[in-house]
Amino acid sequence: MLILNCPYCGMNKDETELSAGGEAHIKRFGPGSSDLDFEEYLFGRTNPKGLHFERWRCSSGCGKWFHAARCTVTLEVFGTYEAQTLEPPQSIKDLITAKRPGWSWREFS
Amino acid sequence: MSTRLANQGRLIDRSKAIKFLFNGKKMAGFEGDSLAASLLANDQMLVGRSFKYHRPRGIVASGAEEPNALINLGDGGYFEPNARATTTETFDGLVAASQNHFPSLEFDVGAINSKLARFLPAGFYYKMFIHPRSFWKHVYEPFIRKSAGLGRAPKDRDLDKYEHYYHHCEVLVVGGGIAGIQAAKSAAASGVRVMLVEQTAHWGGRAVVDGVTIDNTPAEEWVKTAVAQLLKMNNVVIRNRTQGSGVYDHGYALGYERVADHTPRDGRPRHRLWRIRCKKIIAATGAIERPLSFAGNDIPGVMLAAAVRDYVVNYGVSPGDRTVVVTNNDDAYRTAIVLKDAGLDIPLIIDARPKGGGILMDRAIAAGIRVETGRGIAKVKGGKRVTGVSICSQAGEGAELEEISCDVVAMSGGWSPVVHLWSHCGGKLLWDEDQAMFCPDPDHPPLGIDGESVVRVVGVANGHLGSAAGLLDANEQGSVAAVMAGGKVKKLKVLDCDDFVENAILPVWLMPQGANYGLRSKSWLDFQNDVKVSDVQLAAQEGFESVEHVKRYTTLGMATDQGKLSNINGLAILSDSLNMNIPDVGTTTFRPPYTPISMASLAGEARADLFQPIRKTPMHDWHDSNGADWEPVGGWRRVYAYVDPGETTKQAVNREVLNTRKNLGFLDASTLGKIIVKGPDAGKFLDMMYTNMMSNLKVGRCRYGLMCSENGFLSDDGVVARVDDVTWLCHTTSGGADRIHAHMEEWLQTEWWNWQVWIVNLTEQLVQIAVVGPHSRKVLEKLGGMDVSPDELPFMTWTDGNIGGIPCRAYRISFSGELSYEIAVPANQGLEFWEMLIEAGTEFGAMPYGTECLHVMRAEKGFIMIGDETDGTVIPQDLGLNWAISKKKDDFLGKRAQQRSFMDNADRWQLVGLETLDGSVLEDGAYAISSGKNANGQKNTQGRVTSTYYSPTLKKGIAMGLVHNGPSRMGEVISFTNIGTSPVQAKIVSQIFFDPEGKKQNV
Repeated sequence: MLILNCPYCGMNKDETELSAGGEAHIKRFGPGSSDLDFEEYLFGRTNPKGLHFERWRCSSGCGKWFHAARCTVTLEVFGTYEAQTLEPPQSIKDLITAKRPGWSWREFS
Repeated sequence: MSTRLANQGRLIDRSKAIKFLFNGKKMAGFEGDSLAASLLANDQMLVGRSFKYHRPRGIVASGAEEPNALINLGDGGYFEPNARATTTETFDGLVAASQNHFPSLEFDVGAINSKLARFLPAGFYYKMFIHPRSFWKHVYEPFIRKSAGLGRAPKDRDLDKYEHYYHHCEVLVVGGGIAGIQAAKSAAASGVRVMLVEQTAHWGGRAVVDGVTIDNTPAEEWVKTAVAQLLKMNNVVIRNRTQGSGVYDHGYALGYERVADHTPRDGRPRHRLWRIRCKKIIAATGAIERPLSFAGNDIPGVMLAAAVRDYVVNYGVSPGDRTVVVTNNDDAYRTAIVLKDAGLDIPLIIDARPKGGGILMDRAIAAGIRVETGRGIAKVKGGKRVTGVSICSQAGEGAELEEISCDVVAMSGGWSPVVHLWSHCGGKLLWDEDQAMFCPDPDHPPLGIDGESVVRVVGVANGHLGSAAGLLDANEQGSVAAVMAGGKVKKLKVLDCDDFVENAILPVWLMPQGANYGLRSKSWLDFQNDVKVSDVQLAAQEGFESVEHVKRYTTLGMATDQGKLSNINGLAILSDSLNMNIPDVGTTTFRPPYTPISMASLAGEARADLFQPIRKTPMHDWHDSNGADWEPVGGWRRVYAYVDPGETTKQAVNREVLNTRKNLGFLDASTLGKIIVKGPDAGKFLDMMYTNMMSNLKVGRCRYGLMCSENGFLSDDGVVARVDDVTWLCHTTSGGADRIHAHMEEWLQTEWWNWQVWIVNLTEQLVQIAVVGPHSRKVLEKLGGMDVSPDELPFMTWTDGNIGGIPCRAYRISFSGELSYEIAVPANQGLEFWEMLIEAGTEFGAMPYGTECLHVMRAEKGFIMIGDETDGTVIPQDLGLNWAISKKKDDFLGKRAQQRSFMDNADRWQLVGLETLDGSVLEDGAYAISSGKNANGQKNTQGRVTSTYYSPTLKKGIAMGLVHNGPSRMGEVISFTNIGTSPVQAKIVSQIFFDPEGKKQNV
C-alpha cells in the first residue's frame, strides 16, 4: 500500500485515502482535432515499466488532485507536486536525473 | 503408541488438567498444550484424510507449517473449519472434529480413490473432464463442487468480535526467537519505536527447545530476561500470539493477533488485525524443516524430526515408543538424543550421508544408539500408523537390506529459511549450495518509498543456522535498520554461544536415489493435496517447465499450507527432471498472508450495520413508521412505496400513481444531488460540463441539462437553476451527486485550473420535496407565504421565499407530467415541512409516494432515467435528446467524441416506446430478436428493453427500449425474448404514452 504526500495537505497519505487517476500530463484534444490525435488523447497511455507520472486525488482528505513521479517497478517515489502545471518542477526532474541517469522529460517511457 | 511422558513439558502446567472433545470422544490435556500435543497425548495420531486420495493423515509438524492436522473447531456461530491443531492452544471445553472423510475418520469410503491412484495422475482434472463437453455443467462440476474443499463452510453468522488496530513504528521485528529478540533489543537501543511480534504464545523459538546457551546462560533464562527488559522499554511494543502475516508496499505490514482463540467467549475480540506502518521490517522468521521423499512418507507416524523433539520437550508427549530417525544432516541427531534421554527407544538412525554426521553423531553413538550411514528408507510399512521401515542403500534402487519395526519415523531433509516476508514485496533469493537452501539475496531486497531496502532478514532465516552467527547478524542488522529509520548509533555487545561445527548437509531429494516408479509413486511431496514425486516427474515429462505451471498442473503447494513443506522438495524433483539447476528453475511466488488468517479479522468491525453507513434523509423515520418499503439508492435508503396494511407493494405503487395523477402526491426528493457552481467563470465552466448552453440561462429560470463523459456517453442529467449572476445550482441524480461533484472538480482542477469557479456539494444541506398533482398548487396556497400562481411562478422557473413560515426555494419543474413543484428547505426543518404538507394535504386527498411511482409516472411521460435508458454506451442522440445538445458551442465534454463516425450516425439502437400486442408487461432487459444467428450460434438481436412497467393510468404494460433505427420504424411489430416461454410481440410507438402535449404540467 503506497504512501504519497499530498502537496496541498502536506500530509503523508495511505493509498486507501487516495484515488488513482491514471497517467498525468495528458494534453486534451477537443473538437477540430484529428481522429488520430483524439484517439491518442482518449485511449493512448504509456504504461511504462519504470518511471511514471501519475494523477492522484486526495479523495478522503482535501479533495485536491496532485501528481506523483514514481517508479512502477521499485515503487520508489521521486516526489509529488500540484496538478496545476504542464510539467514536473525542476527539483523533481533533477532528483530523477540523479537516480535514473539518462532520463529526459517526455522521453521517459 | 503416542502418550504423555512422566517428565519434560516446559510449556505445560501439569497441575491444570483440561478436558476436550475430539470427534465426540472425551480427551484430557494440560493447560499449555497445543491441540496437536493433546491429541498425541491421547494416542490420536490419525487426524484427517488427504484431499484427493482420502489417505489417512497424521500430525507431521509442530507449528504453522502443518499440512495435515486440519480440524473443524467449535460449533454454530463459533464454528471454524481448517484450524491447524498444531497452532491451536487447547482449552477446557474445546470441541474439535476431523475433516474430509465419510462416514468416519477410521473408515472412509473416499479412500477408494487411493486404489484408483494410477487413474488419477497429475492434471487428472484437465484430462478427464474435458469430454464430452456437455458433461461439465451437469455431471462433472456438481460432483467436483461436492467433493472440493476440506472443512465445511460455516452456516451461521460469526458470533465473535474482531477488530483492527493501527500502529506506527520505525522498526517492526517479526519472530520472537533469539534472533528476533536480539534484533529488537538492538533496534530499541537506538531509541526508535520498535514492535516485536511472535506468532506462538511463547518466546525463544527453537533455541529454548534445543538447549542453546547464550553468554553462559541457558537460552530459556536469557529469553526471559530479554523479554522482561523489552517490556519495560517505553519505545517497544511486544506481542505474542501475533503473526507478521504480510509485507506490502512502502513499509505496510499486517499483524494477525489471535487474542482470544485460547480463551473463547471471554468478552475480548477473537482476532485483532494490526495494520502496521513502519520504516524497516526485520524478519527473524527462522526456518522450516523439510520432509524427505521416500515411499510411504505420508503414513501417520512419519513426522518431522524437530517436531518430534518439540512434542517431547515442550509438552512432555512422546509421539511413539520406537522412533527411527532418518536424516541427511546433523540436526536430526538432536531428536534422537532427546528421545533417548526421555527413556524412549531409538532402534536406528539412518543417515543418508556416506560418512554420517559430526559431533552430534558421536554423542548419539556414545548414548548407545545404532547409526547406519549411506542408508535410506526403502519403504515405510503400515496403514493408519507406521509399523516399521525397510532400509536400503541410499545410492541404490531400493533393495531392502533390513526391516525394523517402529511406530514413528522422524525425518529431516534439511532446513528452508522462512523467506516469505522478504519475498512478499519483491525480495529475490539466492540458492546456497553448501547449505542446500534458498536465502535472501542481499543485492536484491524489496525496496521502499526512498528506493532503499525495507526488509532485512536475520538469523536462521538469513541462512545462519548457528546461534552465535545468528545473534551477531541480528545484533548488527537491528542496529543498521534502526539507524536507517532515524535512530542514533548504539551498538550492543556481541553474544557468545557454545556452538560447534556440524557436518555439511547432503541434499537428498529422493530416497533412495534410484527409487523405481513403484516407490516414487508412493513418495509424497504435498501431503495435503496428494502430490507425489511421480506426479511432478510426469508434469515435466508432459512438457511443463515453468515451476508456476507445474504448481497449477499438479496442485503442488496449492493446499492451505501453501507448500511450506513441499515446495523446495518439489522444485528439486522438477529441476532434476528437467536437467536444470535448482536456482534456474526458481521458486513460485510467495504471497501474503504467511498462513491463512480469518476473513473476519480482515473485515474487522466493518460488518452488519457498520459495513457501510446508510444515508438517511431527515424524514427517514417518518417514512419508516408509515409503511416504507425501502430500496438502496447510491448509499441512501429511499422509499420504494408506502404500503398500507393489507396491501401488496404492487397495489401500493398503483394506488400512488393513480392518486398523484388525480389528486396530490408528495415525494421525498432530498437525495437528488444539489451542487452549487459559482464564480466569474462558472457559466463558461458549465458550458463545458453540459451538452446544453447554461451560460445564457436567465436568473430565475431552470433548464434540463445533460452531462456526458469525454468519451461522449451520457453520464448524468438534471435541472439546472441560475441563482444569480455568478451562481448556478445543478441538480444531479440521487446516485450521481458525489460522482458528478468529483467529475466537476477533476476538470476544474486539472484542465481549467485558472478559471475562477467554486464548487460546493449542498446535497445534504437541503431537504427537497416534490409536491405533485392537480391539487399541488392548492396545498401550497393553503400553507401560504408565497405566490405560486402560473403568472408568478411559471413552468421551469424558481423563486425564493417561505411557505408556511419555513424559508424555501420553490422550483416549478416536473418529472411526472403533472402540475408540480419541488420545494427545497433547510434540512433541519425538512421533517416539520413534510408533516405540515401531509396535514394540509389531507383535504385534497394527498398521499406520499415512493420511487417506483416516480418511475412509472416518468415512463408514462417518456422521460429517461440515467442507469435505465443509459448504461455507459448510450449517447444523448440515441435517446432523441438532440434538442438538449447545443449547436452553438465550440466545445463541451463529449462533443469531439460524438463527432466520431460511428456515433455521428443514425444507424444505431435508438429510443422508442414499446407496447405489447396483448397488453402484458415486457421483461426488463429483454432483447428484440432479429433474423439469423451470430458467430456463437445465438440469435441476432436488434434492440433491448430499458424500462418496463405496468401503467395503472393506461391499464396496460408500457416500455421503452433501444431499437435499431427505432424512430423510423413506428408501428412495426417486433419480437422480444421472454425467458422460459415464447417471444412476446410488441409494437414500436412513441415513448410518450401519456399527455403527449404536456397540458397537465402546464396549468
